[in-house]
Amino acid sequence: MLTVAMPKGRIFSEALFLLKQAGYDIPDDLEHSRKLMIDVPNEQLRFILAKPMDVVTYVEHGVADVGIAGKDVLLEEERDVYEILDLRISPCYLAVAGLPNTRVHPVAPRVATKYPHIASTYFREQGEQVEIIKLNGSVELAPLIGLAERIVDIVSTGRTLKENGLVELERIVHVTSRFIVNPVSYRMQDRAIEQMVDRLTDAIERGEKQ
Amino acid sequence: MRVFMFEKPLGMRDTLPDVYQIKRRLREAMMEEIETWGYSFIETPTLEYDETVGSASAILDQQLFKLLDREGHTLVLRPDMTAPIARLAASKLYEEGCPLRLAYAANVFRAQHREGGRPAEFEQVGVEYIGDGTTYADAEVISLMIFALQRAGLRHFTVTIGHIGYVDALFFDILRHEQRVETLRRFLYEKNYVGYREHVKSLPLSSIDRDRLLRLLTLRGGEEAVAEAKAFAMTEEEHRALDELKQLCEHVKQYGVADMVKLDMSLVSHMSYYTGVLFEVYAENVGFLLGNGGRYDELLAKFHRPSPATGFSVRLDRLMEALGEKQQQGKTTCIMFSQERFAEAYAKAKEMRQRGEKVVLQQVAGVRDMDQFTAAFDDVVYVLGKHGKDERSC
Repeated sequence: MLTVAMPKGRIFSEALFLLKQAGYDIPDDLEHSRKLMIDVPNEQLRFILAKPMDVVTYVEHGVADVGIAGKDVLLEEERDVYEILDLRISPCYLAVAGLPNTRVHPVAPRVATKYPHIASTYFREQGEQVEIIKLNGSVELAPLIGLAERIVDIVSTGRTLKENGLVELERIVHVTSRFIVNPVSYRMQDRAIEQMVDRLTDAIERGEKQ
Repeated sequence: MRVFMFEKPLGMRDTLPDVYQIKRRLREAMMEEIETWGYSFIETPTLEYDETVGSASAILDQQLFKLLDREGHTLVLRPDMTAPIARLAASKLYEEGCPLRLAYAANVFRAQHREGGRPAEFEQVGVEYIGDGTTYADAEVISLMIFALQRAGLRHFTVTIGHIGYVDALFFDILRHEQRVETLRRFLYEKNYVGYREHVKSLPLSSIDRDRLLRLLTLRGGEEAVAEAKAFAMTEEEHRALDELKQLCEHVKQYGVADMVKLDMSLVSHMSYYTGVLFEVYAENVGFLLGNGGRYDELLAKFHRPSPATGFSVRLDRLMEALGEKQQQGKTTCIMFSQERFAEAYAKAKEMRQRGEKVVLQQVAGVRDMDQFTAAFDDVVYVLGKHGKDERSC
């Protein structure tokens, strides 16, 4: 039996749809269930539902064999897992944003983000010294209230930025969801995992053609 | 200050009696097997010079514990045993033409940045086989590792074998430039197959070369993977590396451990350390690598004694985790005595100890909570009072 770590929230329904496209017989109530661990015996699968940021942790420690995680999380967490497939779902990108005509504070330039590692790496690469402030959500608030002039966050449609009067300043990296595998499971359960990768690859390719 | 009374530096752990017992048994089991293969155990210092052993080691600089000695030299807590043994072999033991088989069971130190609980000091059991460049040496080291793990009681595990010489030859033939080879190698090292494929597709290559690079990811499994790789190998170096793997598979079959072994041509365990055959071992119940090893023909040259060498190391803490709690503890008896019958109690304990039994000799007045104390033993013998008789309770 394979244990699959699924991210709750934004990516979940698209990931579930893809698994169904790949021919997995998964009950519909999975999405609305409040259970955190759900067995699907006829497919020899167990699903665990985790916070997107935690999916990589469960997979790295091997309590989940495989998982679905955004590239943003993989870049932020730098966990020791195999990144096997680009599922091409939930496309978005990481960007620097701020108020229109943002002026960077000359003494203490501050950047608020849920992704402190990515943000600090990005600004270091640019040769710019900034203070990174870690937030856990509603990052758009930071420039409005004066916590930081700029933010680094996920942008998918740009609606949240717009509604809060923010504009995108720079794009950092394109993000899609990835199929990840624990290094030990990759060896010990190679048959089952290979099969899953093949079925997912088919489903992705079929999806692209449509 | 009180808060820190029970604290230890980040990643450092105490080993309590139960765990110590298990650890010792596993270490001894592996050591016994290794000794029967004619390897000699050695010890090296915990502290080494950063300039020599520190920089020769396969462990990243940021993971080294460093300190200064009184003359201001930078020292490191040894991050692995391979580099110290290479130093030792190069300076003293190794005579050209005489293969050397050394083994160790020792603690190594690696600073941890993430999740404070991860061990920064842990024990490794391993061997180094210096001075023999044949595939028989590779096969011996891999098979010995398998036998030693089996001797320790491990059943469900698998060894993945690759050949970095093959990967490098393939990459160099197509990319022609060390920097570009390294970029591509890094994707494999980071296990980022998505990035690897994207990068390969972005390179201006002929469709044949692109195909050669992309197919590398699928060259896994049994011996047939070698044949598959040979079918599109173009250079002499590729063929030589693949022939080595083929021979290795044959030898491993002779050792009778072929079913524990799988090939993966894309295996890259380290960015620069290994030079030929390399391998990793994984076990059920542990999410992390149990051990690894491979050929490091360039390390001894760093100590001015160029020589082929190969070896393996297994992490004892992870082996313990893989084996779980099924292991049986030996029986311990408590002899509880009162002062007037001490001589009699000691005579009894001595006799049992000579038979190899484990005995605790305890003066009754030294224990306050009798129930809790005796509960920890398999058997308690009371030698109490002037005229009392022995009482036994289980």
